[in-house]
Parts: sequence; C-alpha cells; structure tokens
Amino acid sequence: MSLEKITQVTGRAVNVPGNDIDTDRIIPARFMKCVTFDGLGEYLFFDVRKNADGTDKPHPLNDPRFKGATILLSGANFGCGSSREHAPQAIQKYGFRAIVAENFAEIFFGNCTTLGIPCATASREDIAKISAAVEANPKLDVVLDVAKQEIRFGNQTVKASIRDTARDALVNGRWDAIGELLEGKPAVLQTAAKLPYLAA
Amino acid sequence: MAKSLFEKVWDAHAVRKLANGQTQLLIGTHLIHEVTSPQAFGMLRDLGLKVLMPHRTFATVDHIVPTDQLVEPFADPLADAMIKELRKNCQEFGITFFDRSTGKQGIVHIVGPEQGITQPGTTIACGDSHTSTHGAFGAIAFGIGTTQIRDVLATQTMALGKLKVRRINVDGKLRPGVYAKDVILHIIRTLGVNGGTGYAYEYAGSVFDRFSMEERMTVCNMSIEGGARVGYVNPDETTFKYLEGRPYSPKGQAWTQAVASWRSFASDPGCHYDDVVNIRAEDIAPTVTWGINPGQGISIEEKIPDPSAAQAVDEKASIEEALAYMKLKPGAPIKGTKIDVAFLGSCTNGRLSDFQEVAKYIKGKKVAPGVKAIAVPGSQGVAVLCESLGIDKVLREAGFEWRAAGCSMCLAMNPDKLVGDQLCASSSNRNFKGRQGSPTGRTLLMSPLMVAAAAVTGQVSDAREVFHVRDLPAAV
Ligand code: SF4
Repeated sequence: MSLEKITQVTGRAVNVPGNDIDTDRIIPARFMKCVTFDGLGEYLFFDVRKNADGTDKPHPLNDPRFKGATILLSGANFGCGSSREHAPQAIQKYGFRAIVAENFAEIFFGNCTTLGIPCATASREDIAKISAAVEANPKLDVVLDVAKQEIRFGNQTVKASIRDTARDALVNGRWDAIGELLEGKPAVLQTAAKLPYLAA
Repeated sequence: MAKSLFEKVWDAHAVRKLANGQTQLLIGTHLIHEVTSPQAFGMLRDLGLKVLMPHRTFATVDHIVPTDQLVEPFADPLADAMIKELRKNCQEFGITFFDRSTGKQGIVHIVGPEQGITQPGTTIACGDSHTSTHGAFGAIAFGIGTTQIRDVLATQTMALGKLKVRRINVDGKLRPGVYAKDVILHIIRTLGVNGGTGYAYEYAGSVFDRFSMEERMTVCNMSIEGGARVGYVNPDETTFKYLEGRPYSPKGQAWTQAVASWRSFASDPGCHYDDVVNIRAEDIAPTVTWGINPGQGISIEEKIPDPSAAQAVDEKASIEEALAYMKLKPGAPIKGTKIDVAFLGSCTNGRLSDFQEVAKYIKGKKVAPGVKAIAVPGSQGVAVLCESLGIDKVLREAGFEWRAAGCSMCLAMNPDKLVGDQLCASSSNRNFKGRQGSPTGRTLLMSPLMVAAAAVTGQVSDAREVFHVRDLPAAV
C-alpha cells in the first residue's frame, strides 16, 4: 500500500480555543449511530455550534471568515475522553488536514496519525501568535512543516513538535500501519504459538 | 532483571520493531461492540481481508440497546441497524457474539471478566476507552480507534509505542463510606486529567491488596479519565479465585498451569518504575465532581471552587467555564445541590457489589418525590445475580426503575437521556458537557452509595449521614 507522504500541510487556520476539549464535544454520542463514517463532518462540534432550534451559536467554525480552514488550532489536552474514531473522522470529513494544540490525549493522537492527520504541539504563546495573525488576516496561509517541525505564517516561524514515531510515519507515508502489520504475519504466528491462551 | 508486569506482558507479546520505531504488539484478546466496529469491518471488506484469529475476538452489544424494550426491532431504526450489522459481521467472520438471546450480553467491560475471557498476563484491545478496566486482572488492556480495530481483526496486532509505568500506592485503611470510586476520583483529582499521558498506571498498596476484583475494576476503569491509557493491578489470589470456574477460564490441569503462569507476570520486587506516587487511604473522602471533567472533584464536605481564588489564569478560566455550564455557585457547599435524576450503572459501577451495597442501605427508604431514579445492571449476568438475591426488589420498592443490561444513561445513545439542564447524580465515569444525552444536561460523578443518598434526599448528600454508615459494619 502506498500512502501519501505528508511532509507539510498548508492552508488557512482557525482557532477553537479551550482546554480539555473532549471527544464527546467534538462529536456528540448521538451522532455515532451509524455504520459508516460518511457525513460525520456536518456534526463536528455540533452542540457548541448549534442551538436546539438548529440556528447557529457564535463559534469560530460558524464564522464565515474562517470557512475553508484546514488547520485547527486549540488548547491543552485536546481530544480527551472516549476513544471514538468518529472524532478525528468528523474533523477530517469537515475538511481539516492538521491540528495544532498545546498537547493531545493519547488515543486521539494515535487515531489521528493513523488517518494521516498530523497532530503538532506548540506552546501556548506560539498558538496565540498564530491565532492573532489569522484573526487579523483570515486568508493568511499557515504552513505546518511536519518534517522540519515548524509552523510558518506571514513572516513568522514558530516551533512545533510531533512525536518521532508519528512524524516518521507521516513523512514516509507509513501512517496507516496495516501494510507493515500484514507483512509481519509469520512473526505474529510465532509469537502467538508461545502463548498458551491463544491456542485455537 | 526485575521487571514490572507491564514490561513482562509487553515483552511476551512484542512481535517485532516497525520501521517507525513502534512495536508490532500481539493482541491476545479482542473485544468488540456495535458502535465502533462496523466501520472496521467495512474497511476489512474494502481491503479484501479476513479476520486472522476469529476465536480470539468476542462481541457484545451494549451502547445502543434500549433498557426498557426487550423485543426487536428497536424503536430507533439507527440502533436497530447497528445491532443487525454486528450480528451479520460476527456471522460472516465467525466471531462469538454474546447477543441478548444468550443471557451473556452486557457492557463489554463487564462481560469479559464475567465470562473469564479477561485473564492475567494477556493483552486486550477494544474499541472503547474504558478497556483499561480489564487491567484489574493484571492484563494490559488498550482502548483503540476503529482503524486499529481493523488492524487487530486482520492481523491480531497493532502498532504501538511503549508506555512508561507509574506506580500508585494507596496504603492504609479507607474510612467507612469511602469506596473504590472515591479512590479513583481522588487519584484523578490529585494527578490531573492528563497527568497519566504516556503512562500505564500500576495500582498497588494495601488498599488494592484488600480490594475485591469488582473494586479493582472500578479503579482501573477510570484510568483513562486520568489520561493513562492503561491501568492495572498485579494478579494475586483474589484474581485467581474470581476466575476459577468461569466459562472461559482454563480447567483441570490447564488451570494449575495457568495460575502458575499468571503469578509469574506480577511485577518483581525492586523493578524500575518511571514514577511513584503515594496516597494515604485516610485522606480520601466521599468525592463528588462539580465540573465538566472528572478531575473537577471535591470531597462532599468541601465547597464548590471559586474562580477568583484560582492560582493560574488557566485554572480560573476552566473553573468559570465549568460553573457556567453546571449553573453552580462558586463557594457554595456541594452538599444540598438539588438533583433531578439518579443513575446507577455503567462499566464503572454496574456490577453486583455496587447494587448490593446500595440495596443494603436503601432498604426501607424512598426516592425523593420528583427524582427520576434508574438502576441499570451492567450485564445480563449481573441482572440475574441481583434478581436472585432480591436486590432488584429492594431497589424497586425504594423507587428505582430496574432496567435491562446496557450502557444506558452513561452516554445516552439509547433512549435513556437527561432532558434539558437536568442535574444527574451518576455512578458513571464521565461528566463532559452533554455526555448524558442532553446538550445542556449536567452530571455529578460519585459512588453508587452517594447516588443512592442523593436519590432519597433529592439533593447531593453525604451518604454516611443519610444511611448512618458509621453504625453499620465497615463497608469495604
Ligand atoms: S458504560 Fe459508559 S463508559 Fe462504559 S462502555 Fe458503556 S458507554 Fe462506555
């Protein structure tokens, strides 16, 4: 399986501020009643974006200036809570290609990487700088350079970090592990043969 | 060299190093349910792949099942489609399905242990973050996403980076009326909701040595709420005794061998830990959350935090956000907060001992007028046990509805939901905004007995006072 080498993501950015934004908030459980991930994008952040009567609440994603943004900025512990892949799927289906936050919850980070969504961490100050810049000029192109671990916007450059294993997987087109895991089958069977509880 | 249980289990299941430095880890036991698996089977079909070891995958249905409707089709066509899809996938790929007709259905994290599928020294994965529950048996159990479910189905492995290990010792004696739930709420409050990122939590100390398997499960269950993907307790006699005679436990000669092998997985004395935390059991009080993440908890005697007293800007902002959502007053006592709903159940506190403990104290008392109280056994097995002991009757007489097994109001993917901004005293594990089915619904997490106390008084109460807990034999 050959996958796209994700070395950088370029696009407009939008800031959804806040810490501990959990996957229930990213995609409320009632929208998980589905047997495919299609169409999840429209329910992204649903309860914080929509009133009960279906009208819009003030939310960065409802702000027409940020329409079409592909880089999502947020705070600390982004994606905590449930392991639902519906959350990164909704983010991706909505149109985001990368997330920059102060840090990420473990399972969410792994789920995103497997879908080819780079999750980069940056300092609070730097995230504030980027969001100030896009607030001033929503059309500004932001570049998340996965390989170089930096974010460039306007004439500024700030540091970003992406865990080695994830970065390697993204830039070398290995973010979906299935091909490599399948190749390991002989070794898998050998390891399994040593564990009595796995006997058929 | 002395090794921790985590390292031993990891080493026994490590297949090989992958190009990016991660490990291809063998997953011995795979548990699936209706919400996160259908897309994985879809991906499997798209790639033309088969399930490598169908006999090591076990399925059940829990999240979407109605707890008050036993016949299909379900009133909710989407839920009905999901159960049918799971049934079809299990049939097509030769996977054991604990369907409702088997009498073994229930919340996946209750069914695994109950059936003896969850065993020490094994690796377990499930597309659900509370898979950490199974660590109570000395297993390394990971919550995974749907793409990883596909990986485990197709290859019985997944790609993973090794975790660090933090040992959390809880020593001493818990005070009467303090439960396993309070222990974990206290730990999360102390170490923070992301304090466990990158770690496996090893729970130890005299409190855990004395804990039953059900209490150990309650603690391991909420490891993820503290940011730790994995939590475990070393296997001991309590573990083996629980497993003996269960349907999937080894029998005869194989049992003796299994116990010897399980014992050998326990952490060696003097092994290395990346971090050690010590907690005094006596410092733990009945704990209640007041906010919108499980780390926002206080003891029943404390006051709701005041943002103006916060140390950091961040803390101030998060307290303000939580209080605005929860509609609670800063500086007011949490005790006395009016509740609308009381929920007993979930994979955290939906086991026999949870209902037993409530029944013991609630007998002869009544749920306060205007409070909706529901008790939802975590599995059909738990339901049958409770019913054989008359626990359902005691709860019903007190004014609880006694429901059929499932996740129910823990995440409200079935018809059990909060309405509007109802406030719910809940024995579940998450108090996120909108978690219990209403976008403005509010959740206070607490132990089952504290839920019962709130139910009978109509307000957040100290169960020790309501039920004169000190007058009865110590509850643990
Ligand atoms: S009871 Fe709640 S936390 Fe547990 S598996 Fe069900 S929905 Fe998840």
